[in-house]
Amino acid sequence: MTQKKDIGKIVRDFGLAAVVLLIIIVMSFLSESFLTTNNITNILRQISINGVLAVGMTFVVLTGGIDLSVGSLVAVTSVICGSLLEGEMNTFLVCIIGVAAAMAFGLLNGYLVSYVGFQPFIATLATMTIGRGFAMVYADGKPYIIKDPSFIFIGQGKIAGIPTLVVILLVICMLGIIILNTTTFGRYIFAIGGNKNAARLSGVKTKKIEMLVYLLSGFCCGIVGLMLSARISSGQPTAGEGYELDAIAAVAIGGTSMNGGIGSLRGTILGFLILGLLSNSMNLMNIDSFYQNIVKGIIIILAVFLDMKTKGKQD
Amino acid sequence: MAEEKHILWTSGISKSFAGVKVLDGVELNIIPGEVHALMGENGAGKSTLMKIIMGIYTKDSGQIYFEGKDCDFKSPKDALEAGISMIHQELSPIPEMTVSENVFLGREQKKVKGLPFVDKKELNKRTQILLEEYELTQYITPNMKMKDLNIAQIQMVEIIKAISYHSKVIIMDEPTSSLSEKETVILYRIIDTLKKNQVGIIYISHRMEEVFELADRVSVLRDGKFIGCETVANTSREILINMMVGRELGSGYPKNSAEVGEVLLEVKDFNRKGVFEDINLKVRSGEIVGMAGLVGAGRSEVMRALVGYDKLDSGKVFMQGKEIIIKHPKDAKQNHIIMAPEDRKEMGLLLCRSIKENVSIQNMDRISRASFVNKAKEKKICSDITKQMNTKMNSINDSVSSLSGGNQQKVVLSKCLLSEPKVLILDEPTRGIDVGAKAAIYDIMVKLTEQGIGIIMISSEMPELIGMSNRVVVMSGGHITGEIEGEEAASQQTILKLALGGKEK
Repeated sequence: MTQKKDIGKIVRDFGLAAVVLLIIIVMSFLSESFLTTNNITNILRQISINGVLAVGMTFVVLTGGIDLSVGSLVAVTSVICGSLLEGEMNTFLVCIIGVAAAMAFGLLNGYLVSYVGFQPFIATLATMTIGRGFAMVYADGKPYIIKDPSFIFIGQGKIAGIPTLVVILLVICMLGIIILNTTTFGRYIFAIGGNKNAARLSGVKTKKIEMLVYLLSGFCCGIVGLMLSARISSGQPTAGEGYELDAIAAVAIGGTSMNGGIGSLRGTILGFLILGLLSNSMNLMNIDSFYQNIVKGIIIILAVFLDMKTKGKQD
Repeated sequence: MAEEKHILWTSGISKSFAGVKVLDGVELNIIPGEVHALMGENGAGKSTLMKIIMGIYTKDSGQIYFEGKDCDFKSPKDALEAGISMIHQELSPIPEMTVSENVFLGREQKKVKGLPFVDKKELNKRTQILLEEYELTQYITPNMKMKDLNIAQIQMVEIIKAISYHSKVIIMDEPTSSLSEKETVILYRIIDTLKKNQVGIIYISHRMEEVFELADRVSVLRDGKFIGCETVANTSREILINMMVGRELGSGYPKNSAEVGEVLLEVKDFNRKGVFEDINLKVRSGEIVGMAGLVGAGRSEVMRALVGYDKLDSGKVFMQGKEIIIKHPKDAKQNHIIMAPEDRKEMGLLLCRSIKENVSIQNMDRISRASFVNKAKEKKICSDITKQMNTKMNSINDSVSSLSGGNQQKVVLSKCLLSEPKVLILDEPTRGIDVGAKAAIYDIMVKLTEQGIGIIMISSEMPELIGMSNRVVVMSGGHITGEIEGEEAASQQTILKLALGGKEK
């Protein structure tokens, strides 16, 4: 029975990888500009933003929670960095403060969920609204223009020929995989999602771990705040609107159970690759963005359906 | 072979999951008005057979005849409407609904035909008639909300629901497993009435006593095969156990020769408002302390508070004479007080994770350094302990949910033992597991006491309490109402008297 299940798992991951390949092959025939260095760099840049958020989101979803506030927290970091850079503060310090602000919101999420006992959906819905409001009030609804070249390097520069954005994505993914698969913290995350009561009785400090998971998601939001602001050279109070949905979609497509306890970052990575490739392909083929949304939705339905089918066979 | 007197008759039922044969040519026939016990170790295929009859699973081969017709139900709804219903072991009512709404769920009487307005009065009236027929009016009324009912009452509602469908066969899956003795008596009375009304009852049970008290005939399954069907009057406990396990078992309780030593754990003046009061308890090394009491007496609650899972209003804990503070199960673990909970699914296991992860989660301190898990060590330690426990499995990477109840319990024990307990708390350690696994768990308990570990065992099975414990502490209504030492004093009657006694106050 287990062998079968393992096969199901492999089929599923291969399935996702096959979809990635399929899109690449089909698109290389359909569009001449698809396989150009320019376009590939473009895709990777686009993916990096959603990718980093999706890594943080995976941690949260694995505990059985959800973080709706990620898009707003990106804006919080963005406006804070924008304003501080206008004041010509040290770039490094600006980054630290910007990320710390998003983490403070993450901490609030974690506190509300684990210690006060709010439903994750409600707690992060509230901070999502507060975060967006805060960014708007702070920036008075207007964007800051960013000129600091060392800050802009984060979004537009290259390290050893690879865009900085992509380097950041790779680092975050690697760190995420190491944390999730090799540390006790990673085990505790799976345990909490699997059965919080059993984890607690086994001596796991469930509240602390849950809190840390939201803090981690906040950290990812902060990093994305830097990436996005640097990419568009501005601190935008409207930055990151709707990003939470793309991040959740990547996690769901990747096969992480929304109830927690089951899932992997490998899946999430394939998830945001598929989403990024699809949206790029449709742009190249001049498909209206309204239609793009419909396609995205259908992909989510198909992926989760496939997931239920492969998992359902266990019984 | 299908005789006319049989209301339900199955023949040659086979079923495989992923190439593993779980049922192999199983026979079962039910006569109207009989209680037909279905016995077998966990994993013998009882539940699968019932799920096939109810249309939850499809069979690979074989026939099911119901009222003389070849039937193949596609869903539980089909089975229910045809006249077969099942009272599951784990009941799942809708908490905010009333009794009558629950009974007539999906078949609500409308005030006006075609309009979605439910005639609650009519539902209540019809429920009341059923309750009266089965003399249950003193326990439930049609207007009670399901969330206010205890397990026994919920079960009554389920039975009433089955009757309201005019069921001719009712399947009961371990119906007494969470009932007190008193509630069991009420259930037996209901079953008597059902028998008089010519309902055939398939009664799945692990308890010998109740099979001999209740059943007319008994069928035994082993490893998916039909072993035999006996008339209860013509069989014995030994014969049935032999049929179930295919080998001889001893008297049931191993000899405990462990020496009882110094006091390990002392619980002083434990209080939690509305739950328990003035609890004092001592556990010595090498001793098994039984905790008796009815469901709801507060035994599990005291233990959960002791290990820091539930909160405590006041009280002190001493370990080998030194006071210790326990605010979280982690503190208890560091002081080597370990609890194996009553409900494996609720508090014991991470069902969606592997056997290995379930064992290691409680013992990360042993297999990690600087927060990094040493996977080689984890694999070795986990496979060693689970093998030591004789857990039946293919690999420690299997999902724990693929194991039978008895083997799941061994996984729970494995993780507890890895934490090197000095005091081990076992809450209903043998509930819902088969005879063979029970004996294995008793053996493990005795071995642990020989190593000087003190055990607190909460159990609702009197013979087990008496057979295994050095001392039995009885609780009732949140108080300790007595303590019985030595074998001579510990009879079912004295324990029961104490368990019931406290309530009168």
